[in-house]
Amino acid sequence: MNDFAHLLDRLGYEPRRNAKLRLLQDFFRHAPDPERGYALAAMTGHLSFREAKPGLIRGLVEARVDPELFRMSYHYVGDLAEATALIWPAAPEPEPGAPGHNRPPPQVPSLAEVVETLGNVGKAELPARIALWLDALDETGRWALLKLITGELRVGVSARLAKTAVASLGGFEADAVEEVWHGLKAPYEPLFAWVEGKGERPESLNPAPFRPPMLSHPIEDEDFPKLDPGAFGAEWKWDGIRVQLAGGLDRAGQRVARIYSRTGEDISGAFPDLTDAITFAGALDGELLILREERVQSFNVLQQRLNRKAVTPKLLRDFPAHVRAYDLLAADGEDLRGLPFAERRTRLEAFVAGLDHARIDVSPLVPFADWEALAAARRDPAAAGGGPDADAIEGVMLKRLTSPYMPGRPKGPWWKWKREPYRVDAVMMYAQRGHGKRSSFYSDYTFGVWRDAPDGSEELVPVGKAYHGFTDEELARLDRYVRNHTVKRFGPVREVEYGLRTGLVLEIAFEGVQRSTRHKSGVAMRFPRVGRIRWDKPTAEADRIEALERILERGEREIRPGEAIDGG
Amino acid sequence: MATRPTEILSLTREGLYCPAGDFHVDPVRPVARALITHGHADHARSGHGAVWATPETLRIMAVRYGEDFCETRQEARLGEAVRLGEVTVSFHPAGHVLGSAQIAITQGGCRIVVSGDYKRAPDPTCLGFEVVPCDVFITEATFGLPVFRHPDARDEVRRLLDSVRLFPERTHIVGAYALGKAQRVMALLREEGFCEPIYLHGAMEKLTELYKREGIPLGETIKVVAAERPKLGGRIVLCPPSAIQDLWSRKFPDPVTAFASGWMRVRARARQKGVELPLVISDHSDWDDLCRTIRDTGAGEVWVTHGQEDALVHWCGTHGIRAKPLHMLGYGDEGEAEPDPAPATAADAPAADAAGEAA
Repeated sequence: MNDFAHLLDRLGYEPRRNAKLRLLQDFFRHAPDPERGYALAAMTGHLSFREAKPGLIRGLVEARVDPELFRMSYHYVGDLAEATALIWPAAPEPEPGAPGHNRPPPQVPSLAEVVETLGNVGKAELPARIALWLDALDETGRWALLKLITGELRVGVSARLAKTAVASLGGFEADAVEEVWHGLKAPYEPLFAWVEGKGERPESLNPAPFRPPMLSHPIEDEDFPKLDPGAFGAEWKWDGIRVQLAGGLDRAGQRVARIYSRTGEDISGAFPDLTDAITFAGALDGELLILREERVQSFNVLQQRLNRKAVTPKLLRDFPAHVRAYDLLAADGEDLRGLPFAERRTRLEAFVAGLDHARIDVSPLVPFADWEALAAARRDPAAAGGGPDADAIEGVMLKRLTSPYMPGRPKGPWWKWKREPYRVDAVMMYAQRGHGKRSSFYSDYTFGVWRDAPDGSEELVPVGKAYHGFTDEELARLDRYVRNHTVKRFGPVREVEYGLRTGLVLEIAFEGVQRSTRHKSGVAMRFPRVGRIRWDKPTAEADRIEALERILERGEREIRPGEAIDGG
Repeated sequence: MATRPTEILSLTREGLYCPAGDFHVDPVRPVARALITHGHADHARSGHGAVWATPETLRIMAVRYGEDFCETRQEARLGEAVRLGEVTVSFHPAGHVLGSAQIAITQGGCRIVVSGDYKRAPDPTCLGFEVVPCDVFITEATFGLPVFRHPDARDEVRRLLDSVRLFPERTHIVGAYALGKAQRVMALLREEGFCEPIYLHGAMEKLTELYKREGIPLGETIKVVAAERPKLGGRIVLCPPSAIQDLWSRKFPDPVTAFASGWMRVRARARQKGVELPLVISDHSDWDDLCRTIRDTGAGEVWVTHGQEDALVHWCGTHGIRAKPLHMLGYGDEGEAEPDPAPATAADAPAADAAGEAA
């Protein structure tokens, strides 16, 4: 457990992806089974046991330490698990001759022991067991143990990165692990044996496995002359969430239906209305959308369903989920991913027609003769077949007709050509140092737009934060600007000069606007980034908050197409 | 009847003052006669009339402030009792940094020990702490909370070396205070068998040379030349804590930023500073050693200064020892933050930033 704890500790401080990967590889290579398997389960969110309550931890520590000293310490550290881990004193020595004085010192528990014990130990026995573990572990071990058993473990790596590290032990890509992942359970011994060349590839027994998705590259102006329009098919790029619907029969003949997110997370539970529609054996790749009266709703509407934890009948009625399919990966036990796109497309249309289910339809192809025609369709989807759904279209996808379905992001076969982003001119207000390679640069900028102040004048209100969209040279210049125009400092954050006569205008590009209770302005942008740096523009000419509110209203208009939906 | 402790030492604007001997201890403003515990800039300032300190501390002050840092100076010999007015004064090793001393002041049968900053953990660069029995013990409380328990510094240095092995192409930049901590880290690296040259930020050079002249082996050290930074992959570079996120650190190849400080035991503190490899190495006593030392001195009364006074005062109360906080101003609030001895330049280091980034 101590080794795992030290790995977590180090990962928590390491901002660089490649360095995290190296730390993970080093751990998986050296930690024994089943320790590394349980570690992998902890990092991918696949451990389950009854969690300990904070009150239990507090009781344990106050039995050992002066409660007043603990209170001061907790106040200082600000985290119960960490304060307890640090303050935990050595176990009291039993008096010579007293019962237990010959007992050997407590053994450092393995992660496997912790996980297995938590799975079956009785509630009454739990506190004493935790105290024994705390006695045996070092402070990092105690910290990780307490975070783990209270369900607050935040690893600082994605499940994907952990799988990437495991795969790399045998020179595989992460997708190779994804392919077999859903048939496996902690502590994943067959998986490690396979990647290390000591065992067979684990055969997935899951009749509805996740298949890693194929992703696209953004297309740039200079790409078009190299590409032959006749070699590609085009589809609308829908502004929903990418999902995979998988269905099949298990060995007992029971129907299995799964909905996976694009990272392989099983999200079936959140969409029972869609899961019911998976009556087929096969796998569809498509976009999850909300449809009302056969019209696709904007992402803002979908967001409202995604934000709800409880799936109530009312939610299902007001936000009916739908899948617009654009690929068929498997059908009736046959893997279709090796077929060319054009052929899969034909199979897809026949397959979905055979389902005859209102929740699933096919994303239409967008006909085009040349790039100019496609550019026109992208500019005005409503006039090019998108019709009333055009507001939920965020561009077009280009797919090479001959391309097989390749997991990951191969360059060349698929391209995305997103619609032009929204743009506003905003004023830089605060700057924060970045992480990792950028830790000495002020690279994260909070920007604001104008609004009326209570006293009748104009004031800037922060509306978002952007940390990319500029080149290294521009970053160096922005960093210099921040350092030379600082008016206040708050730890790693600097407030810069801004006002009607001073300040720097940043043109911010973004994909949409949502309501936000977290921002003072009441709005939040989707994917804001710096479009251009307007060294030349006076701050008085920056945009006003109304510009964002108009975009917000446009996105929300479809929410109430006749009926009122409360609690929006 | 023994003289009352508050008659021997009182708190003034300048710091602790002994009327019967007419001197201050570690005064924060220029005074006629100053007794100095150690060379850190918040304890040892320039501009006093007469200064009395260990020879090492006097030499440190001369390196920092120039030979004219005071009018007259007197070397204190450790353990030797000297009469000063109506009191007797003696210096004893404090184990904090090279030359650091506790100052014992005795009058009328009552002895007060001003410990200055001190630690009990072994340190190859300075003499170990010596327990001085006394009636009143004035202790620091930089790490005066039971969450602060410093691990063995050798293990922390091994973690640094492990990281160098795991990332052999990256520069490891270690933030460490220029006086004491930096040299201790170097000495510990040498004890672990690290024999490559250690690279130093310019601000570390003079004090490191002084340590070497004092006979402390630190191995080969090389001052970082600005143009050479991109070539220092795989090297260990020591710099003042404020430099780890400074423009200066940018030109190293993909640096790993480490920070050697007792504060690194608390994750939020390390994260706040953007530290990637926190090394818990402190020149102050941890909680257990603060409590142990109070007991070892046999003092019936304890005055607690800079740091987390409340917890230590509470602990004394529960152990039958009279205690009070002594709110002295002018010492590094952040404990290990050594205020820059040179006046901050207005252009890029206003006070707020010095507190926020150099701590």
